[in-house]
Formats: sequence, C-alpha cells, structure tokens
Amino acid sequence: MKRFIRAAAIAALVVTTNAAAFAAGDDVKNPTAQGWSWDGIFGKFDRAQLQRGFQVYKEVCAACHELRYVSFRNLTEVGFSEAQSKAIAASYEVIDGPNDEGEMFKRPGRLADRIPAPFANEKAARAANNGAAPPNLSLITKARHDGSNYVFSLVSGYEKPPASMKVAEGMNYNPYFPGHQIAMAPPLEDGKVQFADSTAATVKQMASDVTAFLTWAAEPGLEARKRLGFKVMIFLLVLTALFIAAKQKVWRDLH
Amino acid sequence: MSNMQLKNPILRWIEYRLPIFSFLDDSLGSNYPAPKNLNYWWNFGSLAGIALVLQIVTGIVLAMHYVPHVDYAFDSVERIMREVNYGWFLRYLHANGAALFFLVVYVHVFRGLYYGSYKYPREILWWLGIVIMVLMMATAFMGYVLPWGQMSYWAATVITNLFTALPWVGVNITEWLWGGFTVGNPTLNRFFSLHYVLPFAIVGVVFLHLWALHQHKSNNPLGIDIKGPQDTIPFHPYYTYKDLAGLGVFLLVLAAFVFYSPNYMGHPDNYIPANPLQTPAHIVPEWYFLPFYAILRAIPSKLGGVIAMAASIFVLFLLPWIDTSRVRSTKFRPVYRYFFWFLVIDVIVLGIVGAKPPEGIWILVGRLATLYYFVHFIIIMPFVGWFERPLPVPDSIHKPVLVSAGAAAVEAQR
Repeated sequence: MKRFIRAAAIAALVVTTNAAAFAAGDDVKNPTAQGWSWDGIFGKFDRAQLQRGFQVYKEVCAACHELRYVSFRNLTEVGFSEAQSKAIAASYEVIDGPNDEGEMFKRPGRLADRIPAPFANEKAARAANNGAAPPNLSLITKARHDGSNYVFSLVSGYEKPPASMKVAEGMNYNPYFPGHQIAMAPPLEDGKVQFADSTAATVKQMASDVTAFLTWAAEPGLEARKRLGFKVMIFLLVLTALFIAAKQKVWRDLH
Repeated sequence: MSNMQLKNPILRWIEYRLPIFSFLDDSLGSNYPAPKNLNYWWNFGSLAGIALVLQIVTGIVLAMHYVPHVDYAFDSVERIMREVNYGWFLRYLHANGAALFFLVVYVHVFRGLYYGSYKYPREILWWLGIVIMVLMMATAFMGYVLPWGQMSYWAATVITNLFTALPWVGVNITEWLWGGFTVGNPTLNRFFSLHYVLPFAIVGVVFLHLWALHQHKSNNPLGIDIKGPQDTIPFHPYYTYKDLAGLGVFLLVLAAFVFYSPNYMGHPDNYIPANPLQTPAHIVPEWYFLPFYAILRAIPSKLGGVIAMAASIFVLFLLPWIDTSRVRSTKFRPVYRYFFWFLVIDVIVLGIVGAKPPEGIWILVGRLATLYYFVHFIIIMPFVGWFERPLPVPDSIHKPVLVSAGAAAVEAQR
C-alpha cells in the first residue's frame, strides 16, 4: 500500500510538472514536431541552414519584423566570414548621431550595429500593419511554447478556413495561431527567395531554415551550452561516484 | 568545547586567539554528535543550505549586470544571456537553482512532518524553518518579477493586488507597496532591493535554525531521544561524506536542467517584454507556488482566498500542539502513516489544480483538495493522535542499529 501510494505520488508529480509547462491549451492545433539538428544532448546548428535562414529573414520577415538583440557582428557565429558580415552590415543604412552640428545622420552599417528595425517604433509598426504590431523575432522560439516547432508550423501551416468560420477583414486563417485568425498574410510561397547554395526554396525548406535561424537568434549560446553540459555531466558523474565510494568507505567500519 | 590538538603552529596561534577551528569542529565537525541512524531524507537540510549559497553567489554576479528599470530590465537580462561571459550559465543556474531549492526545502519540510521533527523540544527549530520558507517565497516572487517579462509583470500585479483585499487599509497598503498607483518602476526598484537583501536575512535565520538544531541535535527516523554517546556518531566524517554523496546527485539534476532543459520549468510568456495593456491568456506562477495558488483561488471571495492561503502556512506553526501523538516518528504510527501520504497526494493535486485554468471540474477538485488540506491539520492530526495506538518504540537508537546490522533473521520475524 505504502509503495503504491509512493508510486502514485511520483506519477502525480510528473503529471503536475508537465501540466505546468503545458498550461496554455486552447483549441489551438499543436505544432508538428520536426526533429531539428539542435535537438538532443549533442545538438548543433547547421551553418549552411542558418545562412539560408538569415536570407529568408532578411528578404521576407525583415520587411515587418525586427530582430532586436542580434548585431551584425553576431553573423560570424552563423558562419559568415568577418568580411561577409561587414559587407552585409554595409548594405544597411543606420541612423547615427547626433553629429557635431547636433543632427542625426545616416551611414552604412558596421559590425557593432544591431540589425536595424523596419519601423521607427511600435506605433509606426502598428500603423503600417493594420493595427497589429509584428513581434520582435529575436526571442520568438523561446517566447512560444514548443517554439521552434511552433514557428515552423505557423509560417508553413496556413490553410483555407473551415466553412463554419468567418475570417475577419484583413485576417488570415492559421490553425496553429491562438484564435486561428492572424494578421500576418502567408509569408512564404515556393521560390520566394533564391538560395545561393541552389537549395530548392520550397515553403517547407524556407520555413525550416528560418526556424533554424530564429532558434539560433533566440539562443546563440545553445551549442556552447550543450558542449559544456556534456563535460560537466561527465565530471559530475565521476565526482558523485567518488563521493558515494568515499561515503561507503567511511561508513563501512561503523557497524 | 573541543579539545582539538592542532599540529600546525600557525593554526594553533590563531586558535588561541580566535577559537574558530574548535567552533567549526563543534558545529559541523568531528565534535558534533549526530544520531547514527539518519537516513538519506536527512540530506535535504544541508542541501538546502548549499542551494542558498549557490543562489547568493550566482545572484550577486547577476546583479552586477542587471538594470532595475522598467525600460532596461528585460534588455539587460538578454544582455546577460548573450553578451556577458557565461551569463546564460549564471542565469540558468539561478533560475533552475531557485526551483530546485524549493524542491529540496519541500522535501525537507515533509521529512520533518513524517518524523515529527516539530515536536518537543524542537518547536522553535520548526518555526524558524517555516520563517525561512516564507522568506524564500517572498524572495523568489520578487526575483521572478525582475526580468520584467509578461509573467513577471502580471504575477506582480496579481500578487500585490491580494493586499487590496484587506478591509479599510487594503488599497493604501497596496499603493504603499507599489510606490505609486500601479505596478511600475518604483515597484521594480524596491523588489530588486528586497530581492538582494532578503537572502541575507534568510542566512541569518538559517544560523538561528542551526543554533536551535544544535541545542537538541537532529531528530532521527525512530523519533526517540539520544540516550548517550553509543547512539551518536561524529558529524564529520560520517555525515559530511553522506551529504557530499547527496550533493553530487543534486548537482547532476541541476546540471541536467541547466544544460539540457533550462527553460522547462519556466513559462514562455516571460520571454515577452512586460506589456501592461495585454494580459496573458493564463497567469500561472512557477510550479513551486501552484499548491498555494490553488488554495488562493479555491475560496470564492478575494479576502477569503488570501486568508486561506496565509492560513495554509500559518497552520504549520501550530503543529507542535495540533499533533497529539505520543510518538514522533510516523514509522510507529500505523494509522497516521496513511494520512501522511494522503496529505502528500493532496498537495500534489493542489499543484495540478493551480496549473489549470479555474473552470469546470478543476474548481470542485481545488475546493475539495483545499478543504482536505485544512481537515488534515485541524481534525485528522489531533484525533488520530488521540485514538491511534502507536507501535512499540525501540528503547534506544543504538539497539535497533545493532539489530538491523546484525541479522536479517530478526527482520524476517517482524
């Protein structure tokens, strides 16, 4: 009986912790699990995929969405060389100043600059987008439950609305979005970008590439974390084994 | 006093002037006697102490980079995650360490409940423990507000609003806490100030807790008093090594969360900057507050809910008198034993209810579980103590230790 109660208690605990993590459950369609290169304890980003993802962000998402916490210098972590990153930075116009005359001025971007936002402020973003401000994407995969799968499913999962549903003016039907009506029009269509590495730009391909890029943008330290984690776990396993052995040795002659 | 024979002349020189080595030896060294039969549930006290130190160390470094201002707090946390060397490691350690600190403390509390560690003569020791737990809750809540994400902001709003339930002075007190007419920059500033200082208050109460502990020594699984030196072993090396073994396991669990699932126990909404104009779909506290949150919401009146939540902790102060049992350890209580595990299940059920939106069946389950929580302490504990016939309790700690080590045959007869 006691053992049963104990087992039940542990089972209930597992359920609780999961329940806490999955508390937000409406009738939203769950994102489909994709299996990503960065999953698992040895997970890594695919540099070519990150670069394709950056291209999708730059040519598609960046029209409306800012990437607030990413600077041009960070692009070297995506696998661009310093010269490439500089060239990318220089292709942007950045507002700097005030200069000695007290005026703000425009200049080409530098590595130290953040990737400029498409709108001057949230009000401007709202005004240009039918009242819905496009969210900052630099944390999007951490700010949504099951973030990477969510982003992938959302951008590639637009559907025709069911007959019973009336989609409001200027809105689009997406089963993965809470409430199913999203202001963002389907952002991707086949061939929307031309990948330099001649990967075919299908919707699924672009969606998974941009998901990879945004996952990196949300947590650039992910690879370092997993690499260090493995070493730490091995170290702690040995240390704990030694502690337990030492305890056994100390206690052995006690009884 | 320890009659330490220090060989090193420098140490001896110091010891003569400041007897710190013998003090340490008396407090947690070879001159501190501990019952020889402590099981692994007794690891959680020292683990909690280590978890506290870990929180303070990581917290002090995080505070060097954090900016307590509504316009910069969220960005400064992201700066820690991206720009500060090993900032992600520190922050994930601090966030997951807080959650595991609560887990450890809750196990420690339930261990005290099971073995009657609150009973004579350890009442003040028990009270100090509850004071630590309450201080931890206040500290953790204010710490959760600091990143100024959506959950931070709305948790601050919901919890501070509880004070408006107080009659007459509720609104005044709440505005005094806010430092304004709503949760805002002054609120964030004072929460940061208090979040920094309260852990040191906890350290102070921990010292009192240890002082009270050392007066009558640790309770033990048999719940009987130490009769003489044959019942004890020196804390060092026996329990220092046993605690290290437990510490290793704790660190493995902590590292597994930090490195492989650092946001599992968090809520995604807290990676969205605070927005006073948009309420999240569900405002959910961290898991370690869920049972209390469920009690708060179980009462269909705001003041009633606040009172019930406060009472759910306050009732623990009264345990030394509520529990009428003649024996300490639940091991010798054939009836109460079941009620103890029902209480554990009840608290877990409350935790599940706390995570669910308050609708449908969950309202009823929450109310029943809340009712049972109080029935356990107010009715079951005193009555079971009166009517239950405890099993025969061993005469000394020494004897059953010899028996269990001696022969399995004796065990089989029972």
